[in-house]
Amino acid sequence: MMTPAEMHVWSVILFVAVLAVAGEVMIASGMRQLGDLDDIRANRGLGGAIGAVLANGRFVLGALCMALNFFSMLFALSIANLSLAGPAIAALTYVGNAVAAKFFLHERVDRRRWLATMCMVVGVVLVAR
Amino acid sequence: MKHALKPSQYTILAVIMLSASIGDSFLKRGMEQVGAVNLSHLGLLWHALFNPYVDVGIVLLIGFFATYTTALSWADLTFVMPATAFGYVVIALMGRFWLHEQLSLSRWIGISLIVCAVAFVAGGPSRTEHPELDQMDAGVGR
Repeated sequence: MMTPAEMHVWSVILFVAVLAVAGEVMIASGMRQLGDLDDIRANRGLGGAIGAVLANGRFVLGALCMALNFFSMLFALSIANLSLAGPAIAALTYVGNAVAAKFFLHERVDRRRWLATMCMVVGVVLVAR
Repeated sequence: MKHALKPSQYTILAVIMLSASIGDSFLKRGMEQVGAVNLSHLGLLWHALFNPYVDVGIVLLIGFFATYTTALSWADLTFVMPATAFGYVVIALMGRFWLHEQLSLSRWIGISLIVCAVAFVAGGPSRTEHPELDQMDAGVGR
C-alpha cells in the first residue's frame, strides 16, 4: 500500500499528465480544424497564419492547459524527485495521448503506433532515470 | 493516405526534436547562474530575464511550441509524439559527447527504444484522413 505522502505525489503527477494530454489533444484538434498552416501562410502570410491560430478557440484552450501544465509541473518537481516525476509524467502523457488521439481525434492508432508508444514509455523511463 | 512529407516538413520535425531539449538545457544552465527561486525570492525571476542563457532557452522553447503547433496542422498527434520523445535522446547524447558523461547500459537501451519508436511511426502514414469530418471542420474553421 502507498503512504499518504506517496499518494499525494502520484495524484499530482497524474494531474500534470492529464493537463498535458488535455492541452495537446485540444491543440491537435484545433490545428486539424484549421488545416495545413503552410497553405494558410502561403495565402495570408505569417501574420495571417499566426492570427488564424490565435483565433481558434480549441487552440487557445489547449494553450491554456499547457500553461497550467507548466506551472503544475514546477509544483510537482518541488514535491517529487526529478528522476521520478520527469519520466512518470512523460510516460503517462504518451499513453494518455495515444488513447485520447484514438477516441477524441479519431486517429488510426494501429499496431505500429501502439508499439511506438510502448517503446517511448519504456525508453523515456530508462533514459531519464 | 498521405505518406510523403515535404522537405520543409522534415525540417519542422527536426526542429521539434532539437529545440525543446536544447532549450531546456539552456534554461537549466541559466537558472543555475541565477540561483534558486522561491516564494520569498520571486524578484530573481525578473533578474533571470536578463540572463543570456535563459533568453536563448525561452526563444528555443517558443520555437518548439510554434513548430509543434505547425506539425499538428498536417500530421497526427500520435505521429508527432515520438519526435518530442527524441529530445531525451538528444539530451543523453549531448551529455555523452559534449560533457563526456558515461551512459549506463540501461540508458543506451532507452535511447535505442526511442529511436525504434520514431522508426515505427515514420514507416506509416503521417495523417489519418477523414474526408467527411475534414469537410465539416473546414466549413467551421475557415
